[in-house]
Amino acid sequence: MSITLEHVNYVYSPGTAYEKQALKDVSFEIPQGQFVGIIGHTGSGKSTLIQHLNGLVKATSGRILYEGKNIYDNDYDMRKLRSQVGLVFQYPEYQLFEVDVLTDVCFGPKNQGFSPEECEKNAREALELVGFPEKYYKQSPFELSGGQKRRAAIAGVLAMKPKVLILDEPTAGLDPKGRDEILDQIEKLHRETGMTVVLVSHSMEDVARYVDRIIVMNHGEKMLDGTPREVFRHYRELEKVGLAAPQVTYVMHDLKAHGFEVDPDATTIEEAADEIMKAFRGKEGALA
Amino acid sequence: MIRDITIGQYYPAQSRIHSLDPRVKIVCTLLFLVSLFIQNSLLGYVCATVFLGMVIHLSNVPLKYILKGLKPIVILLLFTVVMNLFLTRGGGTLEHFWIFTITEEGLRTSVFMAVRLMYLVAGSSIMTFTTSPNGLTDGMEKLLHPLNKVNVPVHEVAMMMSIALRFIPILLEETDKIMKAQMARGADFESGNIIQRAKAMVPILVPLFVSAFRRANDLALAMEARCYHGGEGRTKMKPLKYHGRDRAAYTLTLLYVVIIFVVGRFVPFKLWIF
Repeated sequence: MSITLEHVNYVYSPGTAYEKQALKDVSFEIPQGQFVGIIGHTGSGKSTLIQHLNGLVKATSGRILYEGKNIYDNDYDMRKLRSQVGLVFQYPEYQLFEVDVLTDVCFGPKNQGFSPEECEKNAREALELVGFPEKYYKQSPFELSGGQKRRAAIAGVLAMKPKVLILDEPTAGLDPKGRDEILDQIEKLHRETGMTVVLVSHSMEDVARYVDRIIVMNHGEKMLDGTPREVFRHYRELEKVGLAAPQVTYVMHDLKAHGFEVDPDATTIEEAADEIMKAFRGKEGALA
Repeated sequence: MIRDITIGQYYPAQSRIHSLDPRVKIVCTLLFLVSLFIQNSLLGYVCATVFLGMVIHLSNVPLKYILKGLKPIVILLLFTVVMNLFLTRGGGTLEHFWIFTITEEGLRTSVFMAVRLMYLVAGSSIMTFTTSPNGLTDGMEKLLHPLNKVNVPVHEVAMMMSIALRFIPILLEETDKIMKAQMARGADFESGNIIQRAKAMVPILVPLFVSAFRRANDLALAMEARCYHGGEGRTKMKPLKYHGRDRAAYTLTLLYVVIIFVVGRFVPFKLWIF
């Protein structure tokens, strides 16, 4: 129950002036139920990488295994893979096309061959999961606000009941409130259903709060791979490739440098607050 | 996938052809296209092949790229060849079975027709490969400028063309993205009969149209925000000017046209039936 990549390489438009190696020898394994963040600068190959995970893009060389089976085998059922590994593209609202939201969300399950009743049931469940208000179910997807469109589009993939959900920059172009709502919703989804979630982003801040593991991509290569704590320890290297650790990391490192007894590995604001309070109490204790 | 359609795209490179004035390339391409129609003989096509080969060589565009540009016309090509092969009558009969007859004239016409079609596409794609869309419309605008006197909105037409050309790769990329997104939702574009396949296009076409209108609207706003108001009194940052190499290109092309005309028409040379 996992996705494994073995030495995956991908070259765009080979043999032309536009030739570009988008992925270089990428290997990793994502076990079932993990919440993974893939982080990288624009053009680091993260979008290309995730399109490999459900077979939309075929690697130039290397193998990809889903649940132990090579997805490039001739008799491999690609459509089944795509229904189990749900991929939500960047700006997914641009894929909406039906007359109303509910019908649009039904598109996925319909393609899987479910009966109209089951489709609607799945669609309603999916819309509920993403917190889409029921009063808009029968509205045209083109009349919704940006945030609602995004929810409807994510529901469109969730309605297929995938075991793995991959989201490419699900918060791009949303305001801070919309961003937090979507990310909280995804986190809740992960917690309640135990689904594997792969979250692609270029914002450390977004990802650090939610994920169990971070994979950092740089120029098509896997640069770092580990828990947020481990990855943010390399914050100087991250800066060099145009990424930054969360602001908390910087504050904690500065405090430490100024002689406070804090753990610089705190990754979230809550952890950092606890650490700072502990350090202060310790000092007071020492004074008293 | 769909991105592989290369016809009408610019191929960025450094070459003698790339650095020519766009007007030269437009006029010479037209001359080349005309030259294919003023003759119909083996030697004529040899001339055209030599000229086209030379230009392709000078342009630094890989031959593979140009051949890929011929892919979209394969169906048309096959259709033309088959139609000409079986329906043209004349000369001796080469092969006859059931209701099909292949005559010498039929074979000749179909082969020449196929070559002519391929050269038409290859010749014009060399122009688009080596000239940026902006260069093309600049050249077109300058060439057609005299028409302004008879109230033809040359600048506006040129602007519309350059926008249309500019949008081809964008919309192709968009189509690719939407197709992938729908495939991720289990859409199937490959199986089923014609009607099912046509229906399967709806989930692509609707978002594509919506996005095309959105982009058009954005672009119109951006142009207005920069005070665009048509061609009146508008000056160029890089006005087109002829150089020595442009005159040389004109001369060579004219020479080629004369040669192909004379050789193709008046040199009686036949190899078998061609």
